[in-house]
Amino acid sequence: MAVAEGIFSYRLVQHEDYEMATKSLKARHNELAESNKQLDILNGGIFATGELPFFKDKIDAIGQFPLRPKKLEILQINVGYMCNQVCEHCHVDAGPDRKEIMTRETMSQCLDVIRNTGAHTLDLTGGAPEMNPDFRWFVEEAAKAGIKDFIVRSNLTIIRANKKYYDLPEFFKKHNVHVISSMPHYTRGKTDKQRGDGVFDKSIKALQELNAVGYGLPNSALRLDLVYNPSGAFLPGDQMAMEKDFKKALKEDFDIVFHNLFAITNLPIARFLDYLIASENYEDYMYALVEAYNPAAVENVMCTNTISISWDGWLYDCDFNQMLGLKVASKVKHIKDYNEELLSNRDIIISQHCYGCTAGAGSSCQGTVA
Amino acid sequence: MANSYYDSADLRKFGKITEWSEELGTKFFDYYGKVFEEGALSAREKSLIALAVSHVVKCPYCIDAYTKDGLQKGITKEEMMEAVHAGAAIESGATLVHGVQMMNKYDKLSM
Ligand code: SF4
Ligand code: SF4
Repeated sequence: MAVAEGIFSYRLVQHEDYEMATKSLKARHNELAESNKQLDILNGGIFATGELPFFKDKIDAIGQFPLRPKKLEILQINVGYMCNQVCEHCHVDAGPDRKEIMTRETMSQCLDVIRNTGAHTLDLTGGAPEMNPDFRWFVEEAAKAGIKDFIVRSNLTIIRANKKYYDLPEFFKKHNVHVISSMPHYTRGKTDKQRGDGVFDKSIKALQELNAVGYGLPNSALRLDLVYNPSGAFLPGDQMAMEKDFKKALKEDFDIVFHNLFAITNLPIARFLDYLIASENYEDYMYALVEAYNPAAVENVMCTNTISISWDGWLYDCDFNQMLGLKVASKVKHIKDYNEELLSNRDIIISQHCYGCTAGAGSSCQGTVA
Repeated sequence: MANSYYDSADLRKFGKITEWSEELGTKFFDYYGKVFEEGALSAREKSLIALAVSHVVKCPYCIDAYTKDGLQKGITKEEMMEAVHAGAAIESGATLVHGVQMMNKYDKLSM
């Protein structure tokens, strides 16, 4: 099939290669490390031939094009792409070899924004945000700004990665941080396959330690939520049903408790896109996303209430657009010129990866949206 | 024309059967959807039953569909394989229980 050939000619990595991958695409000099190559794929192939509709046309049909932001609620700051893990599905293409790290200077610019924003939630992500050398300073300063919900996305294993991180649960507690952690499955086999050997045991230990200081306990103000992404080329199941399964298994097997589970769809960008193409699942996956398109989810996609800030201070509609290098379509493009009013008056940049946000019950960093 | 009887891409086109008989196709898909909703049995249990039956009726489309459905529902590979065995056991049992018919006939015909 000619269409498929067009797509698969981008295949640089054989499937066996990233079974063992310990490096980011960038370090492997993979073509897909370049965001415009990813956009070529997302705009080409089965979409260019008309076999599947463009996202733009789908949302145009319900009067949502151009997609526009609503009231800003969440500031999501990516403090760097360095990570102690190299998960197969990572949309950030994060890893130990990534050197993009937010400086204290950019953090200070962020703090000015945090102190004056109308947003009620601050969401720190990465990479592993804890690996930024100024992470603790930034959390201490940001916590003083009195934001209602202060989230840190922690991959759990970082807490056990090195002695200097052992006190993170206490540190989070001290600053009343809302911890959101990724946990791909409640069985060892599936977790380790997606995230690497030993990840499961370390994550369990980290969760137990978070529980020990009070995180995740019923009625505890110390919020501990888990994020589940499918470990493969399939969509997440019903969030409520998954939460029930996770709660039951983690409680019975490890006496672990947590508050909510967010089921997040993997978006076809970066390493997950590479995996889809190399494993010849790309077309089926895009079909599945388009088939599961839910118009009711469009209204509340993440970019309608979030601004994403990169390690070097640029502004994006979401973390995914950040990875695709699509800066906001606004006069204000950098944190140093931040202006909430101007920013709220922009069109959101979309492409076919957006289908990942509107499949089924929808998907955002806070789980389902519809 | 395709030169083989089964093409995995045909599964995506399943919905098209409605185009040649709107009424029956729609009725079938409504029924199908309803059957797999959460009911007295959970959607998870039904997915495993569907997987076992897919193997018994040896439908490659159904096997693809319900393996994926199982993954989406967080069903483990051990659970999936046990379901396949449950189907296989009934299928071999159904063969073997006919052995009694063979034995009956043998006895009847023998002096
Ligand atoms: S998915 Fe998270 S934990 Fe895994 S490599 Fe990416 S940033 Fe790190
Ligand atoms: S990928 Fe980003 S821009 Fe596209 S719908 Fe999702 S949040 Fe919005």
